[in-house]
Amino acid sequence: MAIAKVNGVEVEFEPGMTVLQVAELAGEEIPRFCYHERLSIAGNCRMCLVEVKPGPPKPQASCALPAAEGQEIFTKTPMVKKAREGVMEFLLINHPLDCPICDQGGECDLQDQAMGYGRDDSRYEENKRAVEEKAMGPLIKTVMTRCIQCTRCVRFITEVAGSPEIGLISRGEDVEITTYLGAAVTSELSANVIDLCPVGALTSKPYAFEARPWELKKTESVDVMDALGSAIRVDARGAAVLRVLPRVNEDVNEEWISDKTRYAVDGLQRQRLDRPYVRVGGKLQPASWAQAFAAVAAKIKAAKPERVGVIAGDLQDAESLKATKDLFTALGVKNLDARQDGSALGAGPRESWLFNSTIAGIENADVVLFVGANPRLEAPVLNARFRKQWIAGKTRFGVIGEQADLTFDYDYLGAGTKTLSGLAKAKNDFVTALKNAERPAIIIGQGALSRADGAAVLKAAAAVAKTFGVVRDGWNGWNVLHTAAARVAGLDLGFVPGEGGLSTSEMLKPGALDVLFLLGADECETAASDAFKVYLGTHGDNGAHKADVILPGAAYTEKNGLYVNTEGRVQMGERAVFPKGEAKEDWSILRALSEHLGAKLPYDSLDQLRAKLFAEHPTFGQIDYAPGSVATSFDLSGLGGAGELSDAPFESPIKAFHLTNPIARASVTMAECAATASGAAKIAAE
Amino acid sequence: MVGILEDKDRIFTNLYGLQDWGLEGAKKRGCWNGTKDILDAGRDWIIDNMKNSGLRGRGGAGFGTGLKWSFMPKEVKDGRPHYLVVNADESEPGTCKDREIMRHDPHLLIEGCLIASRAMLAHACYIYIRGEYVREREVLEAAIKQAYEAKLIGKNNVHGWDFELYVHHGAGAYICGEETALLESLEGKKGQPRLKPPFPAGAGLYGMPTTVNNVESIAVAGTILRRGASWFAGFGRPNNAGTKLFCVSGHVNLPCNVEEAMSIPFRQLMEDHCGGIRGGWGNLKAVIPGGSSVPMIPAEQCEDLPMDFDALRNLKSGLGTAAVIVMDKSTDLVRAIARLSYFYKHESCGQCTPCREGTGWMWRVMERMATGEADPKEIDTLLDVTTQVEGHTICALGDAAAWPIQGLFRHFRHEVEDRIASYRSGRLHVQGAKLIAAE
Repeated sequence: MAIAKVNGVEVEFEPGMTVLQVAELAGEEIPRFCYHERLSIAGNCRMCLVEVKPGPPKPQASCALPAAEGQEIFTKTPMVKKAREGVMEFLLINHPLDCPICDQGGECDLQDQAMGYGRDDSRYEENKRAVEEKAMGPLIKTVMTRCIQCTRCVRFITEVAGSPEIGLISRGEDVEITTYLGAAVTSELSANVIDLCPVGALTSKPYAFEARPWELKKTESVDVMDALGSAIRVDARGAAVLRVLPRVNEDVNEEWISDKTRYAVDGLQRQRLDRPYVRVGGKLQPASWAQAFAAVAAKIKAAKPERVGVIAGDLQDAESLKATKDLFTALGVKNLDARQDGSALGAGPRESWLFNSTIAGIENADVVLFVGANPRLEAPVLNARFRKQWIAGKTRFGVIGEQADLTFDYDYLGAGTKTLSGLAKAKNDFVTALKNAERPAIIIGQGALSRADGAAVLKAAAAVAKTFGVVRDGWNGWNVLHTAAARVAGLDLGFVPGEGGLSTSEMLKPGALDVLFLLGADECETAASDAFKVYLGTHGDNGAHKADVILPGAAYTEKNGLYVNTEGRVQMGERAVFPKGEAKEDWSILRALSEHLGAKLPYDSLDQLRAKLFAEHPTFGQIDYAPGSVATSFDLSGLGGAGELSDAPFESPIKAFHLTNPIARASVTMAECAATASGAAKIAAE
Repeated sequence: MVGILEDKDRIFTNLYGLQDWGLEGAKKRGCWNGTKDILDAGRDWIIDNMKNSGLRGRGGAGFGTGLKWSFMPKEVKDGRPHYLVVNADESEPGTCKDREIMRHDPHLLIEGCLIASRAMLAHACYIYIRGEYVREREVLEAAIKQAYEAKLIGKNNVHGWDFELYVHHGAGAYICGEETALLESLEGKKGQPRLKPPFPAGAGLYGMPTTVNNVESIAVAGTILRRGASWFAGFGRPNNAGTKLFCVSGHVNLPCNVEEAMSIPFRQLMEDHCGGIRGGWGNLKAVIPGGSSVPMIPAEQCEDLPMDFDALRNLKSGLGTAAVIVMDKSTDLVRAIARLSYFYKHESCGQCTPCREGTGWMWRVMERMATGEADPKEIDTLLDVTTQVEGHTICALGDAAAWPIQGLFRHFRHEVEDRIASYRSGRLHVQGAKLIAAE
């Protein structure tokens, strides 16, 4: 540890830290615009100037200056004060005075720092510069006159998102941030530039002129749009969720979230099921809760347990899964399945369906093999970590499956099962690297496991993993990448067919069941099934359209709930607003239904339900703990099942990134994004 | 004989292009003579001699060339090649010395590149030539071709030091003359200066150890080492050694490029080489002694002024590239500086805040001062703005934009005040009026 002095106080610091970081260690606030911990250093805003001895007799940019042993750093001298005032004045001379109509107002770095470090008025008497607005797609609104050219957005999109679509053109005072030929930004992480922008140049288009930050109720929660469980903050006013912002969680999402996580929330206002419905004469008619429960109870009581089936959806919290399982198990139903896509996981040890390296730990892998996974679409934030590894040059990647643009280079090995089963004997650079790797990892996606031959693929992948020693002492590189937020919780609860029970695809066959209970299940095609369908969910989507009874439930922002992410980390989501209309929290609907069925569930509150959950499934009690963070060994040989491998190539289950769940499908913003991404918007405009 | 420097001591003997620029001509003038002996003497000998010669970088900053070379790592480590980059992006207004070297004495430059590369253990050298220098590039490329054909450079050349020389043609941006912006541009990126540290000697072109030198600094190396460090050190005052190309422009009777000994008195430079000031010595008003970026000095300080780094620095100006811009009493100094401010506003890369915003501000105020449409109190505001730009930027362009304005107000503040006063009293300023009519 080296020692430097900050304003006369000695501070110990790690060699390699910058002056800015050392000053922060000492508790000094250094104003900055361009500097950001997770981006490369640009040093161009000059706001972080400090005085350093020994050094030239002029202020130094502390963000870019390496701290040195014995250095004296001054942050409060007249020179520093004048330098900050000067830079602030320069930043403001061409910045419009439109704070009253600027969406950044109240959370604007420029406002805050102008108050803290600026002069009281301006000496600039010339006209201010105006810059043309740029079209950056349906998410990013631009008011480029406000831009201070810090280039955070350029660096983010180039370095983290890996699609260099934003750039700085021209020079001098004519420099402008723009996209290439005014095209929309296509990255799945694009909207993070809105958070990064220290001023109101890039603001949120869907949220434009909606609210001021001080009007919003902020609730810290967990995202359900993919299986990562990104940390989010839900900002709501009254009954409406207005926006979602990322929170920092170093172990999961660092501080990024995907565009879907951020912008699908306008779907929470549309297509909502706000009262029970019962189908009468082929048409869904509004009904009371009592009528709906009576209709459901009559059908379930009339059916034999083996003619009743339950399918759970992808956005469910663990409590509703638990309540559903308890209820129907008590009724003797064995046809339970939380795997709408028919994924071959669920048997074997818990490790077999987890992302065992952990999301943060995957950065330690030196060779990574993707099998049937497209991380860019299935978990964009995780993909940014792979890109970070690739930039650092630490990791080599190989892909079996789709040859998609993942924003980093990889060895393309093949499309399907033949490549996978032949990998052990294959001779190429990547296989050699995998053999010699110290910490090899396999990331197997639902594109490989949710096929008819999923079990056989799982077996083949496990064989490959065994051959290359993916699970070894102190390292577990067996990683399953889920796409559904509720999936791991479902598997952990054993929400899979019991002895002799039917799986999702078997339940959906014509004549298989008399009653089909859909717990927020919208991703499976139920048209063929002639069973009486009960849908408990939030949106008028696939499940509700074909349902005979609709029980309106609560979306993820409307209930307290536990979610288990792909690495097995249990996280707590919090209620930000109340359920819409007559809708109730899912577990309480099930509790009420249980009384109508004569099989009363033994809990009267969420706490009691959780207590039972923790008692029966202790893993759920370990909040915010990723089991893979302590390397665990398990036997790979038992995974999967026999069967013929199909020659069909692996395909990612995500066809349209922006439309993967009922909330996103109800969202206008996501529809616009999907149209932009597919090129449909362009055709319409021309 | 005129001037101080005798013909026998001139390095650039074909400065005016009166003789053959080609290899034959260059060899007749002594170029490529004994180059192998110099290379064989080794790295340390070359660097020591360059240090002893007292050569200070000719690109403007005046940093010791030998010392700069010695900053390069002493051996090539971890397969990280060293590079020499020659800055031929000569864009400073008033400066036109490097183009003459490249047009008329290109072999001196090529030989210097080889020697400098030997000294810093580089096997590749890039010459980054200004976008507007098309003819110069053609001659330089032809000369390089001659050198390759004669096996003077290239793989397995007669000198026993494998050496590749590339010419890169810039696109005409002033900022690419800044050494790290030049490296960015050479790498194919946008020409914006890098943060320092790391300095190019540690991580320069493609992240490898690199030295960037001015054309003149490199071109004189061969002759210095041939004739000895003490010969070169014999010219000029201590710490300001050697001969130097002066580019004299403006209100002199015979504007010219001339090689002279350092520390030549300004008046002698004018009278011996430039035919004197237009209208006589008494008609001199001010001089910008080192290219547009250095502050001007008034006539009364020029009387017995030696033209070298230290003397000019003591006057709060600088030798810069020794591009002497002479202005007689007919000059509208305010308008002249306003024009320079426009140049720096136009050439600012826009990367860092003080320069991006400050150059435009300064230019706009200067324009109004040139017509007199300003408030007298704006003078102090403007000077304060220049100090807010100066020293606060990533590269030296901010300084270069601030200094001419500071120089103007240091010596001719009264002119601006008069201008403002007469504008306010309704009397149009004559020179300003003429200019408006002319434009």
